[in-house]
Amino acid sequence: MSVIKTENLTYTYSIGTPFEKTAVDNVNLEIEEGALVGIIGHTGSGKSTLIQHFNGLVKPTSGKIYVDGQDIWAKETKLRDIRFKVGLVFQYPEYQIFEETVYKDIAFGPKNMGLPDEEIDRRIKETAELVGLHKENLYKSPFELSGGQKRRVAIAGVMAMEPKVLILDEPTAGLDPKGRDKILSQIKEYHQQKKSTVLLVSHSMEDVAKFADKILVMNKAQLFCYDDTPEVFKRAGELSNMGLAVPQITRVFNRLKQSGIDIRTDVYTTEFARKTILEYLEKRGGERA
Amino acid sequence: MLKDITIGQYFPGNSVIHRLDPRFKIIITGVFIAMLFTADNFIGLGIGMVFLLVSFLLSQIPFKLMLKSLKPIIPIIIFTSILNLFFLDGVVLFKLGFIKVTYEGLRTSAFMIIRIVALIMGSSLLTYTTSPITLTDAIERLLSPLKKLKFPVHELAMMMTIALRFIPTLIEETDKIMSAQKARGADMESGSLLQRAKALTPILIPLFVSAFRRAEELALAMECRCYQGGDGRTRLRQLHSTGTDFFALGISIVFFDIIILMNCFLG
Ligand SMILES: Nc1ncnc2c1ncn2[C@@H]1O[C@H](COP(=O)(O)OP(=O)(O)OP(=O)(O)O)[C@@H](O)[C@H]1O
Ligand SMILES: [Mg+2]
Repeated sequence: MSVIKTENLTYTYSIGTPFEKTAVDNVNLEIEEGALVGIIGHTGSGKSTLIQHFNGLVKPTSGKIYVDGQDIWAKETKLRDIRFKVGLVFQYPEYQIFEETVYKDIAFGPKNMGLPDEEIDRRIKETAELVGLHKENLYKSPFELSGGQKRRVAIAGVMAMEPKVLILDEPTAGLDPKGRDKILSQIKEYHQQKKSTVLLVSHSMEDVAKFADKILVMNKAQLFCYDDTPEVFKRAGELSNMGLAVPQITRVFNRLKQSGIDIRTDVYTTEFARKTILEYLEKRGGERA
Repeated sequence: MLKDITIGQYFPGNSVIHRLDPRFKIIITGVFIAMLFTADNFIGLGIGMVFLLVSFLLSQIPFKLMLKSLKPIIPIIIFTSILNLFFLDGVVLFKLGFIKVTYEGLRTSAFMIIRIVALIMGSSLLTYTTSPITLTDAIERLLSPLKKLKFPVHELAMMMTIALRFIPTLIEETDKIMSAQKARGADMESGSLLQRAKALTPILIPLFVSAFRRAEELALAMECRCYQGGDGRTRLRQLHSTGTDFFALGISIVFFDIIILMNCFLG
């Protein structure tokens, strides 16, 4: 069964004013349990608006959203329970930190869930380690930490709630490449440990290509496609036309194909590129002999 | 909830009212408020309302938006009119137990409601049809004679510009922080008053932190561009008054006079 399902989901900002803007336009979507999904799209394509629907922060103008088969805007649904089920880490989440110590800030979510203290303590220590926060930092004021560390605190704060679905809105924005890779691999680790569904919004095709099993592409408020990663990158041409930069390695293979070399184009990681080129060379070597 | 706040919101357009010189618009709004508070009979108030209605129709602002600007003050209106209705002494109209309604009470609360509503609508019409930047520009120009008295007019205007500029930003920021804390299960809608006040901490602290950060960044950015106050500063937009502006001012003064006359003859 799908954990998240939308039916004709539409959302319009500032309805009835000259600033009216449809940010999500008739999206039909089903996300399977346990999937690791990358969400990409141009600036302003409606990614952030879309994901805020999944935990009921935004009420759709029309259409329906089901979490675990439950219509989240039905009368009998408690939105707070949905929010514990679907955890959302906002863009620049470090600006939501408010407690005196890192420990207390991570505890905020689990405490709201009403968990016993020992369980909260266990979760804090576990997630802190997972996102790479040192033990001695747990009792510091979060405002003393660096930007990247604050980001980790905020991400840990949502992970500690152990939601069934974890959604992250550009968790790597504004970090250096090394920090970016690290956070991504920590998120992947969380996904594998907890067997939870993870949705990750990103601007970087490279990141998404390395990270995700499935990709959801938004274009001008509409769902362009939602498919397995290789399938999506087969449509590199269309993605480029949309103004989305496909990974460099994919572009190289597309060029090779254009210049008449018979090679596959659904290549998006360096590892797979190496394999493909070796295979190709072997095949050609065979033909020559 | 926060989206209901429309004070200081600009509604772009190109109507006659939009195009009026902002200095004249401020003065006319002042005249209008004077009208409301000098009128001491219903005919006078009615004339004031006609003036408001005509300006409102000319501005082409959707009626719905006007109603929205009234929404936040509904509790105030209800509260004051109840006080007036039940607690003013005078000729008793009817009595129900210890509650009695007097003619004076009825009259005063009707007056009060019309005045408050017209006041809010009139001043929202000003902010709806004038962009904040032009508005503060106009205020600076209107106050400029005070410069002679060493009153920091430019600084005041700059402060207002910045404050107005940051109202939407702070509202947006509050919205965002609220969403983020709600996503972590913060409960702001239920519980006792004390619990609800406590529930504000996760919102207020990040909000203050970010407001101070923004203030610092802005100050730095202004200094980097060599901002040093109003002396010798020229402006991008010059304000020009035209015949229409004087005509509009003339009309509002005529209305004002009529209301004063009404007071004399009917008062
Ligand atoms: N609070 C708001 N009020 C009005 N319009 C908004 C608001 N938030 C977003 N929008 C508009 O909705 C559209 C989609 O915005 P959204 O934030 O979902 O885009 P996004 O895909 O997340 O972009 P980015 O990659 O820049 O984060 C944009 O055109 C934006 O201008
Ligand atoms: Mg976004």
